[in-house]
Amino acid sequence: MTTASYVGIEVELNDEGFFTDPSAWREEMAPMIAKEMGIDELTDEHWRVIRFVRDRYLQTGGGPSVRVLGKTSGVEVKDLYRLFPKGPAKQAAKIAGIPKPVGCI
Amino acid sequence: MSTVIVIGAGTAGTLVANRLAKQLSPNDTIIAIDQDNSHLYQPGLLFVPFGKAKPSKLTRPRAAQLSRRVTYIQASVESIDTKANTVFLKDRSPIPYDVAVIASGSRVVTEETEGLIGEGWLKDAFTFYTLEGATALRDRLANFTSGRIVVNVVDMPIKCPVAPLEFCFLVDAFFSDRSTRDKVKITYVTPLDGAFTKPVCSSILGSMLNDRNVELITEFNTGSVDYASNTLVSYDGRTVPFDIAVLIPPHAGAEFIFKSPGLGDEFGFIPTEPKSLVSKVASNIFVIGDATDIPASKAGSVAHFEGEVVCNNVLHYLKSEPFEETFDGHANCFIESGHKKAMLIDFNYETEPLPGKFPLRIGAPLLKESRINHLGKLAFAWVYWHVLLKGRDIPLIGSQMPKSGKQFSTKPVREVTPTQSQESH
Ligand SMILES: Cc1cc2nc3c(=O)[nH]c(=O)nc-3n(C[C@H](O)[C@H](O)[C@H](O)COP(=O)(O)OP(=O)(O)OC[C@H]3O[C@@H](n4cnc5c(N)ncnc54)[C@H](O)[C@@H]3O)c2cc1C
Repeated sequence: MTTASYVGIEVELNDEGFFTDPSAWREEMAPMIAKEMGIDELTDEHWRVIRFVRDRYLQTGGGPSVRVLGKTSGVEVKDLYRLFPKGPAKQAAKIAGIPKPVGCI
Repeated sequence: MSTVIVIGAGTAGTLVANRLAKQLSPNDTIIAIDQDNSHLYQPGLLFVPFGKAKPSKLTRPRAAQLSRRVTYIQASVESIDTKANTVFLKDRSPIPYDVAVIASGSRVVTEETEGLIGEGWLKDAFTFYTLEGATALRDRLANFTSGRIVVNVVDMPIKCPVAPLEFCFLVDAFFSDRSTRDKVKITYVTPLDGAFTKPVCSSILGSMLNDRNVELITEFNTGSVDYASNTLVSYDGRTVPFDIAVLIPPHAGAEFIFKSPGLGDEFGFIPTEPKSLVSKVASNIFVIGDATDIPASKAGSVAHFEGEVVCNNVLHYLKSEPFEETFDGHANCFIESGHKKAMLIDFNYETEPLPGKFPLRIGAPLLKESRINHLGKLAFAWVYWHVLLKGRDIPLIGSQMPKSGKQFSTKPVREVTPTQSQESH
């Protein structure tokens, strides 16, 4: 476990850098988390995915996989990788302050 | 005088129809519907590519597996109207129901991956998840002496998630037996960040790949298959060359679910209450087996453990009683590891696969290769046709996961470093 500080608020992250408490997340934190991962600017397209991921988590208790994102977010898988080159499901989950999406069993 | 329709007469549909036959009143009608009359023992598909199971021995007529109390209709379901409680069939009149049990399973979708169905399909690229694919792969492996074999899970969820790993172990044993193992490079390519989803198990299975000299490539999301250069290409631009690709394409629910408004999710799996197995769509629709969206393995053993709860809840519904919420996600799988050995894993929603003994402190070793477990895996075929499908309970093995015998505080034995991963590229 580590702590990080975004917009002056201390938050707890797990070993892989995901929020341990998703309710500690604020929209203003997103650009800073993104920058740490090499995404310098969050465009409207990024935000569409981040909000989608966050809403889905709040509804279902889990983050969506890339395949789910490609089918339901309105952004195609190819574009998802353009926006989040190191893996859309994981990167969007980190930026949206939710736990790591788990593969199914 | 109620009508219960079971949609799909594969593993789950057959066992639930046979259980209902024993428990419903003689005045009630039980109908089972499937699109063909050939029941395939899917666990046998794993052995077909190695010539260890004969395709013709893996299928039996569907109707013969059902109790005489069940009316079998061979027809393709087109859609379900959940408001009008009616099932629509191809070329037959619709059937109204009081209760529907959906057991239509999951299928591989080859169209979702760009280029997969191309000139190399069933020549250089195969899946052993269908009888046609497993048989074509058998013929290709028989003449293969050297080169690269790549086993790739394209995306999750898939049925029997350990089967692709078992395939790697068996392919290793197959070529070592022929003394050509040093000429064959085997690579396992997965979208997950390790060999498997559950940590303890993932670490043990990862070591087993390592011990067998199987390369592990993780976090690889296959975007396309290119037969011009025989390579798998990931969405983030990585490539894996192959001479033979053994692919496990993404899965989806039955087609009619996509044509039934409000029934399924984006993959055609049906939103289901995890403990009662009542659908979230309507209280007179129950879901069993691979067709659900619950976070349990898509496996025949799971369908077996679900049978009791589904059957009880159908009865509760007909008597206007509250549902029972007793399904715990129990799964129990043998993992064939080659050279006549196998491992056993036993887990549920809350408990990941752990080492120990099954079902009690004395019993078969868990998460450990042994001869006994290999015999268990082979015996499973007999148990499948004679106990599981008949809707009988297996002695000593209850629906709920046994806790005694498991070592609860075990740390992973050995960590494996993936050969190639997201971060390193
Ligand atoms: C290679 C492989 C190895 C496996 N190994 C194991 C193992 O070792 N242990 C284990 O427990 N499990 C194993 N499994 C998984 C197991 O076979 C499945 O989880 C199980 O069969 C699921 O049962 P089901 O009834 O939900 O689906 P199925 O048995 O697939 O049945 C679904 C039925 O619905 C019918 N259907 C679909 N659509 C329609 C329609 N429109 N109209 C009419 N009928 C329709 C289909 O024809 C089919 O018969 C393995 C699977 C594979 C592929």
